[in-house]
Amino acid sequence: MASLPQDSATPAVPLLDVRGLSVALPDGADRPFAVEGLSFTLNPDEILCMVGESGSGKSMTAHAMMGLLPKPHVRVAGGSLLFKGRDLVTLPEAEQRRLRGGRIAMIFQEPMTALNPLMRVGDQIEESLRAHTALRGAERRRRVVEMLDSVGLPNPAELSRAYPFRLSGGQRQRVMIAMALACEPDILIADEPTTALDVTTQKQILDLIRSIQARRRMGLMFITHDFGVVAEIADRVAVMRQGRLVEIGAADEVLNRPRHPYTRALIGAVPHGISHRPEEPRRGEPLLVAEKVCKTFHVGGGLFRAGKPVVAGEDISLTIHPGETVGLVGESGSGKSTLGRSIVGLIRPDGGRILFQGTDLLSLSRRGFRPYRRAVQMVFQDPYASLNPRHTVGDIIAQGPVAFGESTARARERARELLRLVGLDASAAARYPHEFSGGQRQRISIARALAMEPKLLVADEPVSALDVSVQRQVLDLLEDIRKRLGLAMLFITHDLRIAAQICDTIAVMRRGRIVEMGSARQVFSDPRDGYTRSLLDAIPGKAWQIPAELRQTQAVAEAAP
Amino acid sequence: MLGLAQLFAGRLVKAAAILITIVVLNFLLVHAAPGDPAMVMAGEAGAADEQFVAQLRAQFGLDRPLTEQLATYVGKVVQGDLGYSYRQQRPVWDILWERLPATLLLTLTAFLLSLALGVLLGAFAAVQVGRWSDSAITVLALLAYATPIYWTGLMLSLLFAVELGWLPAFGYETIGAGYTGLDHALDVARHMVLPVVTLALFYMAAYARLTRASMLEVRGQDFVKTARAKGLGPLRIETRHVLRNAILPVITVAGIQAGQLVGGSILIETVFAWPGIGRLAFEAVLQRDYQVLLGIFLVTSVMVILFNILTDLLYGLIDPRIQVAR
Repeated sequence: MASLPQDSATPAVPLLDVRGLSVALPDGADRPFAVEGLSFTLNPDEILCMVGESGSGKSMTAHAMMGLLPKPHVRVAGGSLLFKGRDLVTLPEAEQRRLRGGRIAMIFQEPMTALNPLMRVGDQIEESLRAHTALRGAERRRRVVEMLDSVGLPNPAELSRAYPFRLSGGQRQRVMIAMALACEPDILIADEPTTALDVTTQKQILDLIRSIQARRRMGLMFITHDFGVVAEIADRVAVMRQGRLVEIGAADEVLNRPRHPYTRALIGAVPHGISHRPEEPRRGEPLLVAEKVCKTFHVGGGLFRAGKPVVAGEDISLTIHPGETVGLVGESGSGKSTLGRSIVGLIRPDGGRILFQGTDLLSLSRRGFRPYRRAVQMVFQDPYASLNPRHTVGDIIAQGPVAFGESTARARERARELLRLVGLDASAAARYPHEFSGGQRQRISIARALAMEPKLLVADEPVSALDVSVQRQVLDLLEDIRKRLGLAMLFITHDLRIAAQICDTIAVMRRGRIVEMGSARQVFSDPRDGYTRSLLDAIPGKAWQIPAELRQTQAVAEAAP
Repeated sequence: MLGLAQLFAGRLVKAAAILITIVVLNFLLVHAAPGDPAMVMAGEAGAADEQFVAQLRAQFGLDRPLTEQLATYVGKVVQGDLGYSYRQQRPVWDILWERLPATLLLTLTAFLLSLALGVLLGAFAAVQVGRWSDSAITVLALLAYATPIYWTGLMLSLLFAVELGWLPAFGYETIGAGYTGLDHALDVARHMVLPVVTLALFYMAAYARLTRASMLEVRGQDFVKTARAKGLGPLRIETRHVLRNAILPVITVAGIQAGQLVGGSILIETVFAWPGIGRLAFEAVLQRDYQVLLGIFLVTSVMVILFNILTDLLYGLIDPRIQVAR
């Protein structure tokens, strides 16, 4: 946050001048306009962060700027988008195409799916050059290698001939950035470019985007829902809600002295740097002890050849006491989920022991394991994929107990009670999962797990698919249930801020090993392992302190379905 | 390329094992049906006394225990000998060799035509989605797909052969005309038109529908949005990005259909009196001509396995991810 341009003192002609933009949704949508009466400007050499929750119209705005709205269902209904004085809305398609990718480029959220899987990455970048420049074949290829080099990819010449599936998420996002910048655009739109990435990768990508932006003096519109990221890079911030702009101003103003109640609520819901809840004292015998658990996956392979071994777990040892919340943190691919799934019995480890109240779960037969299925329950990451869309919510919750011999009527009755317990109306039992929002679905998932009266709950990234304010509510619910039922929990997350808030003990995983384990306070205040330190270092927006008066603000009420 | 050769070799070994299993199963299946060639031949000869039947059985080796017959048969097949048809008094291989070209000519032409037209129409419909041309193609495809093949065949033959007299109604060539060279080729081509169109229409419908659905699905994917965001023209987006990814399921289905090139032609050959494998199979069943029937089964299985391998290889060439996932 260097010199902050004042919102009022903008240059004579901004790079992009959005005036009264409205984007109409098709009939039958939950609101008539995705974006309504939106006005803002974007200047050269400026980073404008656009924040808001899902459905607030941030992405729609970006798509309108790119001329990528899903026509004819969604269209610009009014207003203008002036790029260097020319209105993008009324420009003929051929003209728009010339600007698109040439003068205005965009990076998307999901690097895993944003590249064509059947085309070499170099060819995909070259396509852009072919469309917008007069460069010849050999020159284009030289430029591709140059671009890949400039985004910090190793062996750019070789890498340009690789297919996307060979690259990691971070590398693919770098390729996307190289592609977007290939024609030296004036405006770069980044739509949640780091949301799908790990913290450490996120930090690298943010640094990269910022340095390139500064070097080329581009106007950067950065869409995000993460205030940590905003604090890290923004010159100016625009806050959107339900398609309307609620607040816009210099980053310092909006982050530290937010005026609009919605902005204040949103910032209040952000996980606060590093904060801890009162620690739960360890009582009695350990509920679960994992000893030297190992698991190696073989990727590929077939009848005649062994696959490539991938170590997902090596000598993992872990103890969970009744009522304790153990946080398992680490990057994707570090083996967190493998351990979680091994404990629930979805994966069979290659070696080691998993003792539940003294019984080794791994030595049990299928039949012998059955009673323990009840005792250990899991809440999955994606609330959209983990509930059967063809079953009613009541059935989903009641199925488990019925399978264990409870009468259907009794199980249904209990399902209604549980729905009330997780903060939903009992009438939800008769409805189907698609009628609920993401946060509500995750409540249903929790109710489903609780129906089995488990002693241990394994929660695998239960809030990472949710908006901040909803995240907060679900975390509060888990905390409340833990206190009320004395439940032990294994909480798997890649978000250290969340882990700090709700865990007593933290285990940091890397490449299938636990590199550090200790009380949450110790791990965060005095990390012993270098890797833990680098993870803590990578948390975006550490320098920013949430204004004190906002810390206790209640979370924004979740939108009705 | 080494990877591909390795894959191919591995698949061949598997294929051989599968083939032996199929030969054994076919043998047992055929012998499970009531009646045998001796009974049928004796019946036709009008001399159905026990002694004659027993004599015929001894001659054909049918009085041996089933296991022994099986061992003899498998032993011969492994050496490439498909046996001898007592019915036709000729080696099975000779009979098949005579009929195979006619069937392959018919089905291969229909296959290639249906694949090319189907993908083309499907892609066009997908690009024009929601317009009248899309609806027209969809309705046409549905109609062609829902009409039984023999019905389409009979109706086309009624219209173009009987009513209009433009094309011959049945057969492989004009018998007794004695055409040679180019004239012969043209004559066969004229005879081919109706059966090929009948067969192709049906499969074309399937490919068109599949291509259209697959393209519409691919079009919603993120990388297509990326391609649009690059400012590429619509033609390049549809061909390089959408169609190329959408073609994978089409290849899967085409591979399955290609395996049916020999086995699936019974109906069409019967309707158009086409002297191919399909009609041979039909006759062999009626006559309990075990050896011929088993020979046809074997050739059909070989075709299925061969095209499965080819499909997999093609997949490997189009989709770079396959080689690693192997």
